[in-house]
Amino acid sequence: MPVDQVQAPQRARGTATESHARSWRGPGWGFVAKLLVMMLINAFGVTAILSAYQVGAWVVLGALVVLLVAADWVYFSRRALAMKYLFPGLVFLGAFQVFTLVYTGYVAFTNYGTGHLGSMQQAVDAALIQGERRTDDSPTFPLAVVRDGDVLGFAVSADGEVRVGTPEEPLGPVDGAEVDDEGVPTAVPGWEVVPRAELFTDAELQERVVELRVPVSDAAEDGSLRTREGATGAVYTSNLEWDPDALTITDTEAGVVYSPDDRGNFVSPDGERLPTGWYVQVGFENFVRAFTDGAFAGPLLQVTLWTFGFAILTVLSSFGLGLLFAIIYNDPRLRGRKLIRTVFILPYAFPAFMSALLWRGMLNSEFGVVNEWFFLGANVDWLGDPWLAKLAILWVNLWLSYPYWFLVCTGALQALPPDTMEAARVDGAGRWRTFRSITLPLLLISTAPLAIASFAFNFNNFTIIYMLTEGGPAFRGTSVPMGSTDILISAIYQLSGVQGGRADYGLASALSIVVFVVIGVISAVAFRRTRKLEEI
Amino acid sequence: MRKHIALGVALASTALLAACGGGDPAPEETTAESPAAAEGSGAELVVWSDAEREEAIKAAAAQFEADTGATVTVVQKNFEDLRADFLAQVPTGEGPDITVGAHDWLGEFVESGVVDTIDIGERGADFEEVTLEAFTYDGQLYALPYAQEAVALIQNVALVGDQAPATWDEMIQMATDAGFAERPFILYTSGAKGDMYTSYAFQTSFGAPVFVQDESGSYTSEVGMGGEGGLAYAQWIHANGAAGTGYFTDTVDYDIGNELFATGQSPFIVQGPWTIPTYQDAGVEVAVGPIPSAGGETAAPFVGVQGFYLSAQSSNALLANEFLANYMAADEAQQALYEADPRIPALTAVAEQVADDPVIAGFLASAQNGVPMPNIPEMGSVWDFWNAAQIALINGEDPASTWTAMVENIEGTIGG
Repeated sequence: MPVDQVQAPQRARGTATESHARSWRGPGWGFVAKLLVMMLINAFGVTAILSAYQVGAWVVLGALVVLLVAADWVYFSRRALAMKYLFPGLVFLGAFQVFTLVYTGYVAFTNYGTGHLGSMQQAVDAALIQGERRTDDSPTFPLAVVRDGDVLGFAVSADGEVRVGTPEEPLGPVDGAEVDDEGVPTAVPGWEVVPRAELFTDAELQERVVELRVPVSDAAEDGSLRTREGATGAVYTSNLEWDPDALTITDTEAGVVYSPDDRGNFVSPDGERLPTGWYVQVGFENFVRAFTDGAFAGPLLQVTLWTFGFAILTVLSSFGLGLLFAIIYNDPRLRGRKLIRTVFILPYAFPAFMSALLWRGMLNSEFGVVNEWFFLGANVDWLGDPWLAKLAILWVNLWLSYPYWFLVCTGALQALPPDTMEAARVDGAGRWRTFRSITLPLLLISTAPLAIASFAFNFNNFTIIYMLTEGGPAFRGTSVPMGSTDILISAIYQLSGVQGGRADYGLASALSIVVFVVIGVISAVAFRRTRKLEEI
Repeated sequence: MRKHIALGVALASTALLAACGGGDPAPEETTAESPAAAEGSGAELVVWSDAEREEAIKAAAAQFEADTGATVTVVQKNFEDLRADFLAQVPTGEGPDITVGAHDWLGEFVESGVVDTIDIGERGADFEEVTLEAFTYDGQLYALPYAQEAVALIQNVALVGDQAPATWDEMIQMATDAGFAERPFILYTSGAKGDMYTSYAFQTSFGAPVFVQDESGSYTSEVGMGGEGGLAYAQWIHANGAAGTGYFTDTVDYDIGNELFATGQSPFIVQGPWTIPTYQDAGVEVAVGPIPSAGGETAAPFVGVQGFYLSAQSSNALLANEFLANYMAADEAQQALYEADPRIPALTAVAEQVADDPVIAGFLASAQNGVPMPNIPEMGSVWDFWNAAQIALINGEDPASTWTAMVENIEGTIGG
């Protein structure tokens, strides 16, 4: 590298307008820095591509190759000047916004959730696993895996007799076999006994042995021998049979045929379902269900109203309080303003979830200090009563967020042009008139966009809800797990089943999209309106 | 300027590549190393575990690796995350071969097709029967148990002696005589959320099981809480809540309950073995015993069982079965699991060995009265309604209508 640097000036050929990153002029740092960075990127890129190749993640691999080639082209080409600035942002946009949105959208149109998590083939596997049972009277046999060329079989010993069989050939006795102390066959004439060590090291062989079933006799109902770990075997019978051509599972005992339905389940003619299903496209069903299903629609409407109420009231109350304090503590006659302002900001500096947990303790109706100190020790049920719980949420969120508005408004107030204020005073405007006609409109120009952002944030303010009330108290008399203080995002979390209970990712994704659209529309409309504020 | 952008690109790309290339961002992945692993048979067994069990599994894995030449990778996760992660990742092929888990996840696992059956053959006779029953679904065994746990009545010996009360009334009398008439007993309700898991023994003492069990002990999806027993229980909560004696409140969360007991403000509490260290550290001498009956019948708490599940999509099923049946089921491994986290062992021999400890013996006695927590998927639909009803009753709402509505809601959710 030092050699390059010394030689660089002599090799410089660039014109005066050439960028620093191409320039060889001077010490050539610009190009060296770019080269180093691109080397790192390529190193990471190639590593990631190799690792994606190893695990067979082809989509990821493809995306990585495209991105890496694009990155190299963008930063080494002269033509892609604009892209040099835009590329990182676009990559982020694609990975963290577009992909997430598209994937959520995809899930919203499926019934992905408990009981419908995998593919149809996995559902078949599961059904066959569940349908295969050890026969009640089957002993556990010492067993060895034997092979003859490509044919695998089992050798088992019982009562001093060794029997051998393959999937085609039921178990039959062989003469002259040797067994060890535990009865495991060690040598079988005509067969090669596969050492267990080989079973453990050969993945393909391992899979074949696990899937191997050796019929006990010519009669199918006697069952088949299988092994799970390669040293013992037992007799199993399976009552389910999979027909890959007709895509049906047949219960051979009851003579019932289960065929796939459009909901991702195997169903018998009289409506009985096998437990395991797979996920399928269900169209707009999740969206329709959220708004029309009697069980969902009522609670969801209440949750939606409260979400709006919570977000709007939080913004209004915290903005109002912050502004009030900002005006009061902006008075130049006040001494120690800086110190007081610093202390004001403290709640803002605490992690919100910590504060919420602390408040949860303080609001406890029996042991909390709020009731003890301010309400004569009365058992006011702050977190258990639907309305008081809402009030508690608003109060705690006010406490958490007014310092932010105090900070913002203080800054905005100090930026107001003094001559405008002066002119108002000269024109004879009183304090209230000045505030209403001059201060507030000017303030709103800079703070209204922040208020919209704050609304959008509080619309999805999961932390405060979850840490303070977990959405409770629960709605009475409904059959969905939502509560009086649940906002849409916490209700979605409940539906997703991460916390326990049945998962319904499809419905949760559909609701997420609805929330996204609602916030998007409100923000767009509100931003459009704030432009009018600037016309003053 | 250009340099700053280039640096930004580097960071951005690194972050992106890390995000894409990582594939499965398993946290704190640790590989148990052994000489045999170094030779590398290529076979790798991935086991998900919580922090407590990690070392015990690695100890058993060391011998297994030496014997078979396979590698065992233990991935540590929070116990609470195991269920959802296992459900989400097994179908994608990114899941583990084996995971630690609780038995009440089984119904959902079966319904989602993510678990394989296991067969421990004659070794099954050496395990406590209730632990195998808990992991049995529709007649098939799905996991190797290692521990069981149940809540029990814990009493403060210094306040009320070590004589265990046989009935609820007797317990209240003991506490009242000792001067705790206002709060003779601490009912943990997880604050205003409700917690029927802890209270279940009182409900069963009224003869109102959450789901009806058939002759073989398997749970059916028939809700057993309706009827007279259930109503009597609802009335009993109501009579001890805000509208009655006031013993039950919706204010006791986990920390407050422990604090009340540890500071001697009340002599009795129903809690699990995990709270014992808190009390002992506070200098409280505790006696542990079965939960007293409130409704006349045996008070049967839920027994929770922990064990090892085998993934239905494991590509090393043979190795995984070998590991579970011949290594993790061995006495030494089960003993090591007990020492790593002292819960009641599932293996009878180990359980008998550790029953010298009166606290463990007390929890064992309570568990022997107990019933396995239902492992059917319908159970997931019960908790929210059940807990909410408990809180409503404590707060003095009408018992008959509250309880009936709850049963109807549960039946509605299960049916739909």
